[in-house]
Amino acid sequence: MNIHEYQAKELFRSYGVPVPSGVVVDSAEEARTLIESKAGIFGGTAQVFAVKAQIHAGGRGKAGGVKIAKNTSDIPGFVAALLGKTLVTHQTGPEGRLVRKVWIEEGAAISREFYLSLVLDRSSRRISILASTEGGMEIEEVSASHPEKILTLSVDPEIGCKGFVGRRVAAFLGLPVNLYNSFSALLANLYRFFTETDCMMVEINPLILTGEGRLLALDAKVSFDDNALYRQDNVLALRDLFEENELEIEASKHRLNYVKLDGSIACMVNGAGLAMATMDVIALAGGTPANFLDVGGGASKETVEQAFRILLGDPAVKGIFVNIFGGIVRCERIAGGIIAAAKDVKLHVPLVVRLQGTNAKEGREMLRDSGLNLQVAEELFEGAEKIVLAVKGAK
Amino acid sequence: MSILVDRSTRVIVQGITGKEGSYHAMACREYGTLVLGGVTPGKGGTVHEGFPVWDSVRDAVEAVHPDVSLIFVPPAFAADAILEAADAGIELIVCITEGIPVQDMMRVRRILDIRNEEGETVRLIGPNCPGIITPDGAKIGIMPGYIHKRGRVGVVSRSGTLTYEAVWQLTQLGLGESTCVGIGGDPIRGLNFRDVLALFEKDPETEAIVMIGEIGGEDEEKAASFARAHMTKPIIGFIAGLTAPPGRRMGHAGAIVSGGKGSARDKMKALESYGVIVVDNPSVIGRTVAETLKSGSYRRVPACHA
Repeated sequence: MNIHEYQAKELFRSYGVPVPSGVVVDSAEEARTLIESKAGIFGGTAQVFAVKAQIHAGGRGKAGGVKIAKNTSDIPGFVAALLGKTLVTHQTGPEGRLVRKVWIEEGAAISREFYLSLVLDRSSRRISILASTEGGMEIEEVSASHPEKILTLSVDPEIGCKGFVGRRVAAFLGLPVNLYNSFSALLANLYRFFTETDCMMVEINPLILTGEGRLLALDAKVSFDDNALYRQDNVLALRDLFEENELEIEASKHRLNYVKLDGSIACMVNGAGLAMATMDVIALAGGTPANFLDVGGGASKETVEQAFRILLGDPAVKGIFVNIFGGIVRCERIAGGIIAAAKDVKLHVPLVVRLQGTNAKEGREMLRDSGLNLQVAEELFEGAEKIVLAVKGAK
Repeated sequence: MSILVDRSTRVIVQGITGKEGSYHAMACREYGTLVLGGVTPGKGGTVHEGFPVWDSVRDAVEAVHPDVSLIFVPPAFAADAILEAADAGIELIVCITEGIPVQDMMRVRRILDIRNEEGETVRLIGPNCPGIITPDGAKIGIMPGYIHKRGRVGVVSRSGTLTYEAVWQLTQLGLGESTCVGIGGDPIRGLNFRDVLALFEKDPETEAIVMIGEIGGEDEEKAASFARAHMTKPIIGFIAGLTAPPGRRMGHAGAIVSGGKGSARDKMKALESYGVIVVDNPSVIGRTVAETLKSGSYRRVPACHA
């Protein structure tokens, strides 16, 4: 699960990671009222403000989602321009993301910029710290062009992020020695945040050293482990459904694992690995997969029916390929579910069902005898070829 | 021969009185596995579906000396269950549970590594996996037993049903399987491809290996690099997720291409460069194994001997 920058900064602040003061607004009017009443950051000494569009994607700066106001009177205009705008960045896909909230924060005088992130590193099976002197740049670019400018070190979970770790990173970044302690404290607090809230990734880019010699997280990007949300109520409360696909939200309500893709052939599969392989085989047969959908082990009539509804909710879908390898779940039960569900949802696109495994023969016979307009397959590739052909023929 | 488990393997089930644990404990027993009982804290001394129940793994160890503990405990308590099994001296732990927080597994794996460094032997299979089966020997997991047939091919996979797909092909072609190990779909797990490949290399019954990977991480690449250096047996590989978009998690917690790393294309290329026979169509995994074994000409020369 991802959260917005303003939410991440509020969490940072509560964990003792220094961030600029700011306020989130969802209208220019709100900004104007705050400025006129000199509330919060507008009542202080700050002269310059950053006005930042809040969407769950990086690359906002380049896409025009960040404005610098040198005067408070410029702020409402910037807010109005950003709200309701669809930002297209390298992380949003071509459809972009609609801006619904804007974060306004005090500007800071930047003396130096760094990159700092913590990531749950599957390779070292530990939390890894990535630090670089090249703040403000994409870390992938730095990694490709100047790998020597990145320090990667893994924290032993049995030891934790102790002072020596912080001092080592501070030295690598070339911080003045009198800042080692405050940097180590920042890093230890960030690590504590990471472990206590079950993060997968925390990125500060840039972390700056201000003209006054203070460390400040100018940006904040956080993603959490979905598996741990059951014990992170405070995190779950920050979920923004507007940032998620409607069909994916609907699917998750029915405990279906669905990811929308750009193609035209929908698939419904039991098991995540087989679901991915089914997408691949659709492509191999000359089609394009419209989704990833794992219906899990159950695959009852209700599950299949909900799955059909979600697949058909995507207007790009021109055909459906059901691929079930019956194990514990017997194929004739699944066939029964498919028949009942297909009748209820009134399928209007070609359907190919491939059944294999436990009682597959009986299941296939039931489907053939159902009178439904569908094709039956035994092998995976055969099924994919049939649906690709059916969709082409239907055009 | 086979690897890790056989007919004589003694098994207990943690979470045996739960719905899943209970159902699968019985299914494993029906298959012929020596399931000696199970553990549910607070239900010690009772009998469940004919299985004796103990309060702790320690009690079970004292009573029946199991080799393996099969875990069906819910995600919130699974890490504790794995550590309890390790603490009681169980040498092979098979954790089926899906949805364990990744940082829990990070800590568990660190503790297991420390135990092994200190000279104990403790292996973990999973979590988020179908388990392990040696056909006609022991089924320790949730896979359908009947699709397997004792034979010549070792199978190691991050997936569940996709593994059944490959196994079914091997069985239909009469090749059969020596042992099938589902290492699981989570980013941090116990046994990895590399560990299982090393075991298959030493097993005289295994003549070829099917390795089923997917997007995310670089464990397949590391395993193939190990194979290039140390293995003589042919490996037939498939990587799921060629069409998966970057940055999206595909069902399994570990199946995600992130930071430009872990794509199926890169993995396939790397595997090929290390001499793995990579197929792009999962429907032909079995056939490719058969052809490879039939040709007889395929024998890897490990880099360390070349």
